[in-house]
Amino acid sequence: MSPDKRSMTPLTLSAYTLVAATGRGIGAVSRSLRERRSGLRPCNFEDALLKTYIGRVDGLEDFSLGNGLAPFDCRNNRLAWLALQQDGFMVAVAEAKQRYGSDRIAVVMGTSTSGILETEHAYRQRDPRTDRLGDDFTARYRYTHNMFSLGNFVRTCLGLHGPTLVISTACSSSAKVFATAARYLRAGLCDAAIVGGVDSLCLTTLYGFSALQLLSAQPCRPCDEDRDGLSLGEAAGYALLESSTNVGRKGAVALLGYGESTDGHHMSQPHPEGLGAIRAIQQSLDRAGLVPSDIDYVNLHGTATKANDLVEDKAVYHIFGSSPVVSSTKGWTGHTLGAAGITEALMTAICLKEAFVPGTLHCERVDPALKSRVIRNNEARPIRLAVSNIFGFGGNNCSLVLGVL
Amino acid sequence: MKVGILGVGLLSAGLDGWVKGRAVLAGTSSYSPGSVPEPEPSLLPANERRRSSDAVRWALHVAEEAVRQSTLHAQEVATVFASSGGEMAVLDQLCRALTTTDRALSPTLFHQSVHNTAAGYWGIATGCQQSSTALSSYDDSSALGLLEAAAYATVEERPVLFVAYDLPSPPPLDRARPIRFAFAAALVMTPSASTASVRADLTLAASSQAEVTEMEHQTLEGLRRGNPAARLLPLLRALAQTGSHRACLNVLDDQRLVVDIES
Repeated sequence: MSPDKRSMTPLTLSAYTLVAATGRGIGAVSRSLRERRSGLRPCNFEDALLKTYIGRVDGLEDFSLGNGLAPFDCRNNRLAWLALQQDGFMVAVAEAKQRYGSDRIAVVMGTSTSGILETEHAYRQRDPRTDRLGDDFTARYRYTHNMFSLGNFVRTCLGLHGPTLVISTACSSSAKVFATAARYLRAGLCDAAIVGGVDSLCLTTLYGFSALQLLSAQPCRPCDEDRDGLSLGEAAGYALLESSTNVGRKGAVALLGYGESTDGHHMSQPHPEGLGAIRAIQQSLDRAGLVPSDIDYVNLHGTATKANDLVEDKAVYHIFGSSPVVSSTKGWTGHTLGAAGITEALMTAICLKEAFVPGTLHCERVDPALKSRVIRNNEARPIRLAVSNIFGFGGNNCSLVLGVL
Repeated sequence: MKVGILGVGLLSAGLDGWVKGRAVLAGTSSYSPGSVPEPEPSLLPANERRRSSDAVRWALHVAEEAVRQSTLHAQEVATVFASSGGEMAVLDQLCRALTTTDRALSPTLFHQSVHNTAAGYWGIATGCQQSSTALSSYDDSSALGLLEAAAYATVEERPVLFVAYDLPSPPPLDRARPIRFAFAAALVMTPSASTASVRADLTLAASSQAEVTEMEHQTLEGLRRGNPAARLLPLLRALAQTGSHRACLNVLDDQRLVVDIES
């Protein structure tokens, strides 16, 4: 890393937390990675009759949001709430509030479908004669399904008064939150930012991806020569981002660079040569002042669709050759869509802190067409610098460079 | 944050294009809403235009107008799209289909349901591969979009296209999210503020320090309150006039985005 070439100040992830199908909290997720325990199971979501596997988070039906949070009650915000309770995250935010003031902390969240499940239910229960939706749904739409619901919920739970927005660029949503927060910090619009993302299972995405014929009937097998589609999942994660000049704790994980691009090609198919992906990865390295050979590990978007993994491999190989080890962690969580960015950034943080790399779960034989150094088995190896890739509908790409200070 | 404004796009009933809208907002011509204009995004290929939602066409129409004025090439310009609810009409169709026995969703409708549909189609129409962000902040979506766009221009030192759009929600969602009028506006911003003939200085202030700017014209004030994208009207009015003018936009009741315009 050469500080003179670097165009951004590293941002410390001074606290972070994650809930996914494999567990609640960083410790549980880390154990599942080490034990190669997948969170995927045959689809048992509501009455969805689809032959597919899902990364479902247990326990979301067992409680509801009460008191001042009652209007927000929906699957997506319950998941958001559950993640806020893990890893001492709320305490860390309270301390940051003491340091900076509640109006100097921005909240930048990502989601793709927000609380749409509530609207799905309301449509089922609507008056068949008049088409009228229930009054409770109508009164709570703002706090459940509207795209801003998650941002509003998180700032309310944390008692924050800084600028708050929800980025929704499909699957890249909660990777792009890091870029926006970095700009806010650089422009002095805040002194710290809560970044994160939450996406929860719903019929829209289950039947939508089924209509696109992108769901596998088995647990997804990223990079496998016989891969035949993705598994959907749900997750919630957050990180508290602060300038490393304020909290430059040695050994802490930091955001060193980000790259954002679009394919300008197709709404749901990647650019065949991965041009947008190449642009995002290259930009993230440039911002970090790094060259490709500096990177030890690439956490792939790796959805396990035929097209994604092939095109992503082209882009990754174009930039890095076969020098870094690469793997996809979707076999653990499924594709958590708008939460994939934060989920995989935090899984990458776990790898950086704990000096191991998860091999691609469910990949039995690496597709010989892939040229990058895809690993199948976990490897204990210290990694200092890593890249996490996320690509989404609308050809929206984002790459993050993470490292240890 | 100091930026230059190189182009403006506008579409709403009685504010059909920046030339006409500017005269209305500057007070040199009267405001008569009349019928709702038809968006005409010319860059979108005909087959995509047919399939695309009204929201996409409204957003792309104003985006084209602003970029045309800027004389920049669309491929050089990053984008920020802000909308409270995005593709409400598409979501209505999907939720209806999910109540049927076979729950057969149209694959096209599904990929058009994402919040970044308009942003994605803009990229496809122009071949632009720059960064593109789509966001929401409920009633303050356009203020947060403006903030994101200005932060992008100043920090990344690149031009950016900002588009705000919201259309009336289709029934039965209209009761859940009443938006009575359609409105879309776009700005092209450049980081080189000093050389631009129209300059904007954006700062965040505590809500106790600045009142939200309202429109004196009663019908325009109704439009401002009735559509999240139309919350930009005070800023557009400041841009429509010459000299120094200020517009304060609400940021979630806690803060204000204060925009000082100089031209």
